Amino acid sequence: MSETITLEVLRYLPETDSEPHFQRYTVPYKDEWVVLDALNHIKDHLDATLSYRWSCHMAVCGSCGMMIDGEPKLSCHAFLRDYRGGVIRVEPLDHFPIERDLVIVMDSFMNKLSSVKPYLIPREEKPLSAGEYLQTPAELRVFDQYTQCINCLLCYAACPQVGLTEDFVGPAALALAHRYNLDSRDGGKAERAEVVASNEGIWECTFVGACSQVCPKQVDPAAAIQQTKLSSSVDWLKDMLTPGAHK
Amino acid sequence: MEVIETDIAIVGAGGAGLRAAIAVAEADPSLTLALISKVYPMRSHTVAAEGGAAGVIKDNDSLDNHFHDTVSGGDWLCDQDAVELFVNTAPSELLQLEHWGCPWSREPNGKVAVRPFGGMKIERTWYAADKTGFHILHTLFQTSLKYPSIRRFDEYYSTDLIVEDGRCTGVVAIEMRSGRMVAFRAKAVVIATGGAGRIFPFTTNGAIKTGDGMAMAYRAGVPLKDMEFVQYHPTGLPGTGILITEGSRGEGGILVNKDGYRYLQDYNLGPPDPWPRKKAMELGPRDRLSQAFWHEQQKGRTIKTPQGDVVHLDIRQLGEKKINERLPMVRELALAYVGVDPVHAMIPVRPVIHYTMGGIHTDIDTATRLPGLFAAGECACVSINGANRLGSNSLAEIVVFGARAGRSAVAFAKANPTLDPAGNAAEAAQARLRELFAREGGNDTVSGLRKAMNDTMESGAGIYRSEDTLLATCGILADLRARYRKVPLTDRSNVFNTDLIQALELGCMLDVASAMAQSALLRKESRGSHQRLEYPGRDDANYLKHSLASYRGSEPPSISYCDVVITRSQPAERVYGGAAT
Repeated sequence: MSETITLEVLRYLPETDSEPHFQRYTVPYKDEWVVLDALNHIKDHLDATLSYRWSCHMAVCGSCGMMIDGEPKLSCHAFLRDYRGGVIRVEPLDHFPIERDLVIVMDSFMNKLSSVKPYLIPREEKPLSAGEYLQTPAELRVFDQYTQCINCLLCYAACPQVGLTEDFVGPAALALAHRYNLDSRDGGKAERAEVVASNEGIWECTFVGACSQVCPKQVDPAAAIQQTKLSSSVDWLKDMLTPGAHK
Repeated sequence: MEVIETDIAIVGAGGAGLRAAIAVAEADPSLTLALISKVYPMRSHTVAAEGGAAGVIKDNDSLDNHFHDTVSGGDWLCDQDAVELFVNTAPSELLQLEHWGCPWSREPNGKVAVRPFGGMKIERTWYAADKTGFHILHTLFQTSLKYPSIRRFDEYYSTDLIVEDGRCTGVVAIEMRSGRMVAFRAKAVVIATGGAGRIFPFTTNGAIKTGDGMAMAYRAGVPLKDMEFVQYHPTGLPGTGILITEGSRGEGGILVNKDGYRYLQDYNLGPPDPWPRKKAMELGPRDRLSQAFWHEQQKGRTIKTPQGDVVHLDIRQLGEKKINERLPMVRELALAYVGVDPVHAMIPVRPVIHYTMGGIHTDIDTATRLPGLFAAGECACVSINGANRLGSNSLAEIVVFGARAGRSAVAFAKANPTLDPAGNAAEAAQARLRELFAREGGNDTVSGLRKAMNDTMESGAGIYRSEDTLLATCGILADLRARYRKVPLTDRSNVFNTDLIQALELGCMLDVASAMAQSALLRKESRGSHQRLEYPGRDDANYLKHSLASYRGSEPPSISYCDVVITRSQPAERVYGGAAT
């Protein structure tokens, strides 16, 4: 008999279940398979009622974040071979309400992202006819890392502060705000500070650093938040000394 | 059923849909706009595009060059007025992305950098390392948050267009979190739902690329154009089909067979040196490269692996620094999914379904034959891609024609401001869904039918096709479509029912697949990506035409033809390799 592996998957159907429960499925083991392949096997061959989000299967669309053996992971990037010999527990991402099975309600993140104004607010307006804003490779490198966020929300599931404080803007959104603040073309830092440097913004972060450890794209939101704290403090100090001048 | 009134509805929130939405918001912020997508915008498959977006910006290049590369790349099946518009508009649209913050890779002087791409005479592909689609999508999505008039309906699966008195007046969708149906009544509708690569078993396309918008338009009476043209990308990872960008060859990567031989020189793409060289060898067009693989496979010169035959892509000569800077994702993907570090070893690759050149028949303004309905991006066929799309033209296409679709929809909505009171079109969509929920019995499953469709499309309508294989595929598809009409759901719940969504997606794919296979059967020539073993040559006398597949319910589509727009480039031989200019 060929090798198999067992998944213990959280199931929750709000129409009929009063609370979530676990269901076990045994699937073929393949060296090259990821947890998502196993879920797709379940969906196609064992239980068509299992629901989860996925699309690209190449760790860039950010759809398939889940808790896998208690760790937030992209299920398309979590290989069965790393869990061989045990039962793999698969649950929806922590710190979000469960919509159904492995599907979380992510409205809170969408609102937080929007609140930090994650778009270029040009330092100087110029028409398209004037060509591109010049930006050297060195200037790009300053913020490039923070552009890599795929909004997979693993960092929200890992962050203890997100679990404690519902309104905390959270790692990904703060890292994206930082990304624009650092962009040489941008002049919107003061506008973003209303949210970023508010009570629910950077100051909620207690620098556990879990967000950066679980990030599948090495964005390092923890560093973004610490840099923003420092820079906000400097702005605050400047404002105290010469009110309004630094804006 | 809840009715949401809106001036404009856009279905699909990938690159084209988001660009259309921003164009609407900028044209007139007082217009109401519903941006409807079955996934959150940042999950859209634009995210997976890697290599770059073509647009003339450098002094050594010209719009003329881009025009001729595109037209010959498409084997003269492109509409040349559309290509002209496209190459003229691409630079300003890519620049617009720059002004919105897209982190394009740069030259040392701070200007946007460009790289060579297949079939392009001169380097003109703007890139953001090898995550260009990701950056374009997130730039557009994040920018869209600026505009209060863009009202998003994330995770709403659109099932039907509403058509009343010969005009498209909206779309019916399922709110996935509740299962409830909603009718969007709109003065103009834009479809921007992407391609249909999931019809095939081995594809770079994400799970969401199931041709939903194509099928909605097709069922509403809009023809699907040039559906026989489906692109195989020459370099996908075996097993998963994950894309390894053409940019890796643009940067100097080579392809070798099991003997370490650069086999492309045997297929009118050589000589191999000097390398890198534009429009030659590994920088030939995708159709030619994928066909060369097929021939190598026939000759037994590919490499056998448990995940199928492969050749090797070698980028070691670029060195670690350049790979990290220009192709970081290629390295990351190869390491994770095939256990190969391309800094030190060759990457196994094989051709993989990547792109549908065909799509919803539109004119140059993105208008379809159904008044009030517009389409843009991969779901549409304008056509700028003809019989074979050149790499990096599609990321430019989504912004050029996405913006155009938004503006066309605004103009239409303003010129036709009154909607008659709602008829019962939306109720028909609801009745269809009720019937699906009520079905019982039978041995078929959605996943079983989907696999049968995948298998027959690969065996019958792959890189090379023949009368026999296509006839067999058409027959199997007819059978699958009949069985599909009886397939029951396993899951009859309301909340986020992905069994339901997959069933609806399968229905779309089966309809679109039958348009592909029937169009392929009737095109008795070889052109671009459509290669017929018994008709090896291009036949301009009979087939310098676009095919138009029209929906006929349970019957296979009827196929008619319309003329190709030729303005200043008369059909000629496609030349790559040493003789290329």
